[in-house]
Amino acid sequence: MTLPEDYLSYPHRKHGMDHTLYPYSNLFERKAVHWPESKTVALWVTVCLEYFPLVPNDGPVRAPGAMVTPYPDYRTYTAREYGNRVGVFRILKVLDALGVKASFPINAAIATRYPFLLDEITKRGHEVVGHGVDMNGVSAGGMDPAVEAAQIKEALDVLRANSGQPVKGWLSPARSESENTFSILAKNGVKYCCDWVNDDMPYTMQTPSGNVLSMPHTYELEDRHLLTVLGQNEETYQAQIMNAFSLFTQESKKYGGRILHLSLTPYVIGQAWRIKTLKEVLERLVKSGHVWTATGDEIAQYWQAGQD
Amino acid sequence: MKADPNLYGYWPYINRPKITWPGGKKLAFWLAPNIEFYELDPPANPNRKSWPRPYPDITGYSYRDHGNRVGHWRLMEMMDEFGIRGSVSLSTAMCQHHPEIIEACNQRKWEFFSHGIYNTRYTYGMSRAQEDAMIKDSIQTVFEATGQKVRGYLAPALTHSEHTIELLAENDIWYSCDLFQDDQPQPLKIEGHKKLISMPYSLEVNDHYAFNVYGQSAQQYSDLLIRHFDQLLEEGGDSGTVMCIPVHAYLIGRAHRMGPFRQVLEHIAAHKDDVWISTAAEIAAYYRDHCYDAALESIASYRKKGE
Repeated sequence: MTLPEDYLSYPHRKHGMDHTLYPYSNLFERKAVHWPESKTVALWVTVCLEYFPLVPNDGPVRAPGAMVTPYPDYRTYTAREYGNRVGVFRILKVLDALGVKASFPINAAIATRYPFLLDEITKRGHEVVGHGVDMNGVSAGGMDPAVEAAQIKEALDVLRANSGQPVKGWLSPARSESENTFSILAKNGVKYCCDWVNDDMPYTMQTPSGNVLSMPHTYELEDRHLLTVLGQNEETYQAQIMNAFSLFTQESKKYGGRILHLSLTPYVIGQAWRIKTLKEVLERLVKSGHVWTATGDEIAQYWQAGQD
Repeated sequence: MKADPNLYGYWPYINRPKITWPGGKKLAFWLAPNIEFYELDPPANPNRKSWPRPYPDITGYSYRDHGNRVGHWRLMEMMDEFGIRGSVSLSTAMCQHHPEIIEACNQRKWEFFSHGIYNTRYTYGMSRAQEDAMIKDSIQTVFEATGQKVRGYLAPALTHSEHTIELLAENDIWYSCDLFQDDQPQPLKIEGHKKLISMPYSLEVNDHYAFNVYGQSAQQYSDLLIRHFDQLLEEGGDSGTVMCIPVHAYLIGRAHRMGPFRQVLEHIAAHKDDVWISTAAEIAAYYRDHCYDAALESIASYRKKGE
């Protein structure tokens, strides 16, 4: 069977992007940003607190980390719970010791099920970031916009009510979006989103309901991706983070401050045999004297102020 | 469908006519940045899905868009430092979407070869006429944007048809990067007097394979490239070899990979007395003029019984 003739028609073949969310921009032609105290690299740590229901969703996108065996998948359910019971407290201890303020994308289900854990995050001054109702609350193309709007609003309402924070950041479960996601986020007062992995610095997403800043998510250095999907070891994980830091430090001399984002997963990096790796790499970064450790909201605000 | 694609004759990697690259060099080296555009909402192809998730699959789209916003500029600056010109595997719609990148490469006298229109338009299911139209469009687009005559081809997303290779010859393409049977160029079987060759593009040392298929770290990838280079250089003393490093700026251009990749370029530059740092079209042109006829004769001596 041959393809229809319109397979060779290209309606978006023109200058710029093939959508209207943001214009093309070359990172190396942008206005340089200068972080506080002349630091060269903003270290932005995110720690995801996720609740994976024992019955996974059967929509078009199932979040990485969701149940895999026939019901009841106790092995996956409990392995994820390990992160929220054990791993996260190891991470908090490391952050405490180094005085690092992080951003925590948190499912609303975590806030209602484990209020103690949410308090441990907020009383330390970490930032709470919206992350859906739970890991079944995935946005995806083709879903009913009203359903998506309701689940995003619920997630934000619950986090705001329980954390006492304005909750200005958002990470979509599974980083999955529909074509309405940004518009819904803008309507709900979200200032920045960290789903997209196409840049090393913030840039603006434009929607009819307002702008949302896209913060640079570094999927390629995510603990879960490197250690559990690609099967790399802890030394390799650490070496690559330091390589990124080294390159950003070099680039900052010519192009202004950079952002090193580390995405952490408590059930991965919070394992007993891995936590020392996190401690080592954060120590090296913090003690280099060149990093500004900040939350996503602080970085976004500082970057925005420098654009005007 | 055929059990044997019948695109080339068997040609063992011993006793081949000796290739000596210009200046007496042993190894011809070329670097192939894939500069690609992936559509957010491509038309469906019944034989291959573009994105795993429903439209808009922003995870895969944004992963690749990083190359054009960030990685390309980083990689190009490093290649400038080492005086390496790229031979670009180009989604030719890039000439329309991001002419800024095309102009920067063209100013540096990089070569462009065709990698289709978009890396989200697959050859599977195309009629011969459709595939021919797509190839011609890509050639014309590059010519209009850069003044360059396209001499090479790598099918978009490595999707082929039974007609692909013969269509390349008909469209005056000199080399194909689509076949992975060898570390030296060689003539492809083509009716008439077209001199189409297979150019080593080395899929196994492609950064996509290293990082996303084999799960290697940046340092592992750099180490393997250096070992690959050393071995091909040694063998190139017997008969000239070709080494290509095929990369994608959205992979190699990430901050954590550029440092280790620099070690590879430093290693290659340190051996420049023995290495012809070139472009694929220049290698193909030299091969057509100096090596093609002897290769044909040598391959003929290995014909199957009854051929």
